[in-house]
Amino acid sequence: MKVASTNPDGLTVLDRPNSYIGKVVPRPNLERLMQGRGLYVSDMELPRMAHVVFLRSPHAHARIIAIDAAEARRMPDVIAVVTGKELAAVVTPWVGVLSHLKGLKSAPQHAIAIDRVCWQGEAVAAVVATSRAVAEDAAETVRVEYQELDAVTDMRTALDPETPVIHPSLGDNLAFERNLDAGAVDAAFASSDEVVEADFIFGRHTGVTLESRAVVADWNIAEQRLTIYQGTQAPHMVQNIAALHLGLADSQVRVVCKDVGGSFGIKVHIYADEMATYALSKLLRRPVKFVADRVESFNTDIHARDHRCKGRIGVNRDGTITAFEIDDLTGIGPYSMYPRTSAIEANQVVNLVGGPYMTKNYRARARVVFQNKNVMCQYRAVGHPIACSVTEGLVDLAASKIGMDPVEIRRRNLIADDAYPCASPSGLRFELLSHHAAMNKLMTMMDYDALRAEQATLRRKNVHRGIGIASFIEVTNPSAAFYGVGGARISSQDGVAVRLDATGSVICQTSITEQGQGSESLTAQIVGSVLGVSMERVRVILGDTDHTPYGGGTWASRGAGIGGEAALQAAKILRKNILDVAAAILQSSPADLDIVNDAIVSAVDGSSRIDLKELSRIVYFRPDTLPPGIQPELMATRHFVPREYPFAFTNGVQASWLEVDVDTGFVKLLRHWVVEDCGTIINPQLVDEQIRGGVVQGLGAALFEKCIYDERGQLTNANMADYLVPMSGEMPDIDVGHVVSPTSESELGAKGAGEAGTAGAAAAVANAVNDALKPFGAIITEIPLTPQVILTALGRI
Amino acid sequence: MTAALPISLEVNGESVNANVLPRLNLADFLREHLKLTGTHVGCEHGVCGACTVRVNGEIVRSCLMLAVQTHGASVVTIEGLSDSGEIADLQAAFRDRNALQCGFCTPGMLIAAQDLLKQETEPNRERIREHLSGNYCRCTGYQAIIDAVETTALARMGRKP
Repeated sequence: MKVASTNPDGLTVLDRPNSYIGKVVPRPNLERLMQGRGLYVSDMELPRMAHVVFLRSPHAHARIIAIDAAEARRMPDVIAVVTGKELAAVVTPWVGVLSHLKGLKSAPQHAIAIDRVCWQGEAVAAVVATSRAVAEDAAETVRVEYQELDAVTDMRTALDPETPVIHPSLGDNLAFERNLDAGAVDAAFASSDEVVEADFIFGRHTGVTLESRAVVADWNIAEQRLTIYQGTQAPHMVQNIAALHLGLADSQVRVVCKDVGGSFGIKVHIYADEMATYALSKLLRRPVKFVADRVESFNTDIHARDHRCKGRIGVNRDGTITAFEIDDLTGIGPYSMYPRTSAIEANQVVNLVGGPYMTKNYRARARVVFQNKNVMCQYRAVGHPIACSVTEGLVDLAASKIGMDPVEIRRRNLIADDAYPCASPSGLRFELLSHHAAMNKLMTMMDYDALRAEQATLRRKNVHRGIGIASFIEVTNPSAAFYGVGGARISSQDGVAVRLDATGSVICQTSITEQGQGSESLTAQIVGSVLGVSMERVRVILGDTDHTPYGGGTWASRGAGIGGEAALQAAKILRKNILDVAAAILQSSPADLDIVNDAIVSAVDGSSRIDLKELSRIVYFRPDTLPPGIQPELMATRHFVPREYPFAFTNGVQASWLEVDVDTGFVKLLRHWVVEDCGTIINPQLVDEQIRGGVVQGLGAALFEKCIYDERGQLTNANMADYLVPMSGEMPDIDVGHVVSPTSESELGAKGAGEAGTAGAAAAVANAVNDALKPFGAIITEIPLTPQVILTALGRI
Repeated sequence: MTAALPISLEVNGESVNANVLPRLNLADFLREHLKLTGTHVGCEHGVCGACTVRVNGEIVRSCLMLAVQTHGASVVTIEGLSDSGEIADLQAAFRDRNALQCGFCTPGMLIAAQDLLKQETEPNRERIREHLSGNYCRCTGYQAIIDAVETTALARMGRKP
């Protein structure tokens, strides 16, 4: 692997001596987390800090007639009870739309409901007390009189004329619709040997971060500044939105993000209760802490993936896929989420269906409707699992129809590895993908032919195992095309500042954030490698809008590709600056010097010339000894954003090997394989663990996870005992392999890896279950694949 | 609400005297009264395992135990277990294998894993997976954790993995 270098020193970061790039090195600062000495927002306490508990609507849709909080207000240690109307004096409402999603509409949403509640769990009052327990006691005494309204819960009937319109001012319950028609779809279907259709159903699920959402907001009236401590993926976005709705300048808001107990997209949004907490701090002039309890998490953390998608595929007997068509319907709750909107997921489904394949004939419709359920928005691998499950489900059905092996049909239709750059029918531009190389690698890793033979042998013994394959593409490194062009002040660029301090150590401030992915580690690895400084000497500061450059944060698989490149470029400048000073001190030329192992060495023979510690000492304490005219600059800042491609697409393929118990309907996952191509790999261990973690979230969706609403809009399993997430005993070992196709948009060449696992896992499992059930003629296109779903398909219940 | 009751117990080897409301659970007592915030609260109803601590040598979910029930007991939290060095090798294995991402489940996971390793010298992967099934991790997908526990078990028997 070779990357074209613009490095004046002639060495790329990849081939410098003692480079950390591509190496497994432990993440810095894990000790803190392992000893229980981290600092999550839920751990924080400030002087005079009060606790807020939100009283939430028990109804999916109701008018608020009256709120009587007199008793609560009289209770000892209760500081305030604040209604939506009272809080509206401090915080303005918002509308979750973006201009590039044409036609997207939503209604104004308040931090606390004012006249009407639109989902079960929407806050109707805030109770603030000196402790959470007291606030909860007081909340129990608040009497709210509701007039229940008809709840719109079924997305299939949300657009019917007889269905009530949730927001009458919008005219109907349609939030967004997108239509796409590329190529000649009708002609392609008409001339196909076979056309196969299926309805795909996806369970609404959520991210279940182990630490629930938490905020400490601290308005200092004297400083006229609000400090927000929040486990967020996007501190500068929070700063901007909080300022905008509290009537402050951005500079009056500081967002600090310490340790974050899981995010996965759940913590990339701004929730009404968080906005209410900021506002309460301003109103009450003291720090206010909000920590969602688990019931609140299930009722208010964004949900995702509630889709019903009709799919059609045309295929010829030689295996050629002639066309894809989808009609996708999704229900997003009563509001489009703010500020990223709830139309992105359906938009992504339209973008991504058929993405790995050559056919140019593709038609899609996606409709996004309002309902009286919790809001839906972006969760890890936004739209990808839907698109991948529909595409790969259809491809398997087509293969089955013409009697072709699922791998063979993919080989005949995946875009050739030498066909790049190229574009998809939906307009996605692919710089360089490796579908065939990935498939070949997968076949070797899983020993496909042997597994097929084993499957056939076991089938004769009434053991029903299945193999499922799912190719996928993944959006990473998003440019301004994602949010900025739609008017959202969500930065697509990131910045890194690097400085050599007075003892020869390096401090690095980056605008990407850490939630366990390894942002801190990859930044230190890159900076250490480029500078020639050992990683132990590099300290990385993240998550503070006062102390890092301005940037997007960590989401949409962008941290390594965008923030990593900014780190590389900043370190290159600092390196040059250090060598300039060194040359002046040593009466040498920068070109004759290098930095290796924390010391300036001769570029010719590697002999040590001066330690970085000594160089720093001279620069900071004895600048008088430097030659005249030398002003050392031992701090450098660089920013980066991709400009050539709107997104750096990655690709990969997953396979599942599982066994279905046809008597009980239980699925046992036996093995899972992933081959993916995220370009340059900075730390193989971190990439593999991102893939594995992502896969398991996809496996949860495939088998267990579903927010179960009743017909009145009540979430019936809003707790961890009833909402099932994967446990260690149910999960398989996951083998991860890589193909490496660096992006040439950056010198680093890294694309994202955080969502690849989630993108294809459920599709692979669903295809494997159908493969296992082939002798029974059962085809299931619904997830989660619960025993009930499987036994129903088998006709056994 | 009844009045606070006095309790005396040992936490991480130190004696603690406190007056606590009968309704206060052990997790909140450790976190809010003793500021031992390494004990995490994930679900507050005994499912996720993030609040696992050791009481009189047995692992318990501190969200399901009342503080008053620990009167006279010896409680060990992740802070105490770290300081004593008892799980230093397990923590090193977690670090080397990147068996934690966000770290929120990690204290409970380490305590539960150490519980298994004390009971069984040579647990296989399936046994490790089973024993840790009461501790949710949403980040790692579990495999790295299983690897780290397996590596520690083998190392304690003087064998390389």
